[in-house]
Amino acid sequence: MSTTTTDTSPPREQFTGQVGFILSAIGSAVGLGNIWRFPGVAYENGGGAFLVPYVIALLTAGIPILFLDYALGHRFRGGPPTAFRRVKKWLETLGWFQVMICFVIAIYYAAIIGWALSFFVYSFTLKWGDDTAGFFTGDYLQLSDTANGGAWFTLDFVPAVLIPLLLVWVATIVVLVGGVAKGIEKANVIFLPLLVVAFAVLVVRAIFLDGATDGLNALFTPDWSALGDMNVWIAAYGQIFFSLSVAFGIMITYSSYRKRRANLTSPGLVVAFSNSGFEMLAGIGVFAALGFLAHEQGVAVGDLEGITGPILSFVTFPAVVSQMPAGPLFGALFFGSLAMAGFTSLISILQVVSAGFQEKFGLTRRQAVLWIGIVAAVLSVVGFSTTTGLIALDTIDNWSNNVGIVASAVLMCVFLVWLLRTSPELRYHLNAVSTFQVGRWWYVCVGVVVPAVLLYMLVSRIVDLAQNGYEGYDDTYLLYAGWGTLVVLVVGAVVLTLPRWRRSPDDFVAWPPYPPVTATTTTKGAAR
Amino acid sequence: MNGDAILLMVLSLAVVWGGLVVSILALRARSERADFPSGGEDDHREDDAITERDT
Repeated sequence: MSTTTTDTSPPREQFTGQVGFILSAIGSAVGLGNIWRFPGVAYENGGGAFLVPYVIALLTAGIPILFLDYALGHRFRGGPPTAFRRVKKWLETLGWFQVMICFVIAIYYAAIIGWALSFFVYSFTLKWGDDTAGFFTGDYLQLSDTANGGAWFTLDFVPAVLIPLLLVWVATIVVLVGGVAKGIEKANVIFLPLLVVAFAVLVVRAIFLDGATDGLNALFTPDWSALGDMNVWIAAYGQIFFSLSVAFGIMITYSSYRKRRANLTSPGLVVAFSNSGFEMLAGIGVFAALGFLAHEQGVAVGDLEGITGPILSFVTFPAVVSQMPAGPLFGALFFGSLAMAGFTSLISILQVVSAGFQEKFGLTRRQAVLWIGIVAAVLSVVGFSTTTGLIALDTIDNWSNNVGIVASAVLMCVFLVWLLRTSPELRYHLNAVSTFQVGRWWYVCVGVVVPAVLLYMLVSRIVDLAQNGYEGYDDTYLLYAGWGTLVVLVVGAVVLTLPRWRRSPDDFVAWPPYPPVTATTTTKGAAR
Repeated sequence: MNGDAILLMVLSLAVVWGGLVVSILALRARSERADFPSGGEDDHREDDAITERDT
């Protein structure tokens, strides 16, 4: 292929093809939330009846906003700052806001993967003993006793947390330096099938345990009255939204690495249903295991505590593992799965940051990954490998997800659909390159349903946090670690918008042209 | 398991995994469009074969 152009910018990286893209997108979407969030949310919001709002949320919010991300990244060929700027210059700040969210999430998400690696090793000897809660917060995390005057922030590092965390960062940097095709895609091609097989083995084993049916009864017995409760619907939309990894730049970035003539919507449906399919598998596995635990302890499943989040994974599950036959193998499968699911998500989160910096500051991939990786690793170690790491993680996670990402999604929909009226162009783009055609219903979803539901979630969460604080944590601490996170996101977004672009992203003509031209006069050069 | 729970479990799996199977089959049947608007050629790929250079 001859290169006669005077453009010296390197060609954009690409996934090797559709399968590589789909596996990477599933690897990103399937994360810790699928394993530790979905089962508990479904159980607490109507059990089997939760299926109804869940599927409706998938079809009216999850898939439409996934398509919005795909269309943006693919049409405007860049990470969030580039893509948004090419829509409208001032929208670049929203792109950097998404990059900042990814950066903040990456620094604590890595810590959880580090914990999973530690517990993977501990599984072989069942090191947690009988008091799994005491082991997790005491022996392992050495959590500061804030209830009895312990410090809210320390620099007392915990080696057992710090060492696996460093390993996670080294692995992340190595994968990202490898690039989209040889790093990210290869990691997903290896880890995603491994994850599915390991988790499937785990689920099959779990459903044959004594008491497993009690757990499945608890999960699937429908409480139809829940459908009349608006909070159940909000929970369904929230679950779909957080689980699919949409609206904070990941899917924009990944779709920008697809070739221009590439199917978007049909692979998108595969990604969305795979994500929900994995959640369903996780629900069955987790509740079968919880049923077994309840059976062993002689209590009802409803009386068990710690059925979601880190406590489910690092306190309740070790208790299950300790009591079951071949526990070490079961534990290794569970924590190995957790680490793999988290890792394939972490690399996608950090790629958003890397892409943003490469494009704006003209950095090579290696420069961007090394700089960002090292800074993120240092912040990660300082913030989350100490005796106050769990408190910081819990707080920053709550604000960056429930406020940051939700605000990002609302702003994205309002600006693109209502203010700039870009949705017809984006729908045209999706339909011009894809085999599954997106109808006008999509406007209603991304213009009305998603922003309305998410705005309600956002406002009610902010009011709740302002009035009631969070988890009983110290108000001053929440001001700095919680609301401060929000300030960091906004200030970071503004500051990163200010410098000049090393190579202007504005000299760009989107392909295919919109409004569409009927004559075949578009040339190869016009596609730039 | 009670009847309701079994029914809802089967229904949940049928809807979600069924959706996955249908979406995979649809993608296999038509993995890419046959007709694209003109243009839209990509730059050469970093991991393509060695780039030929004009001399």
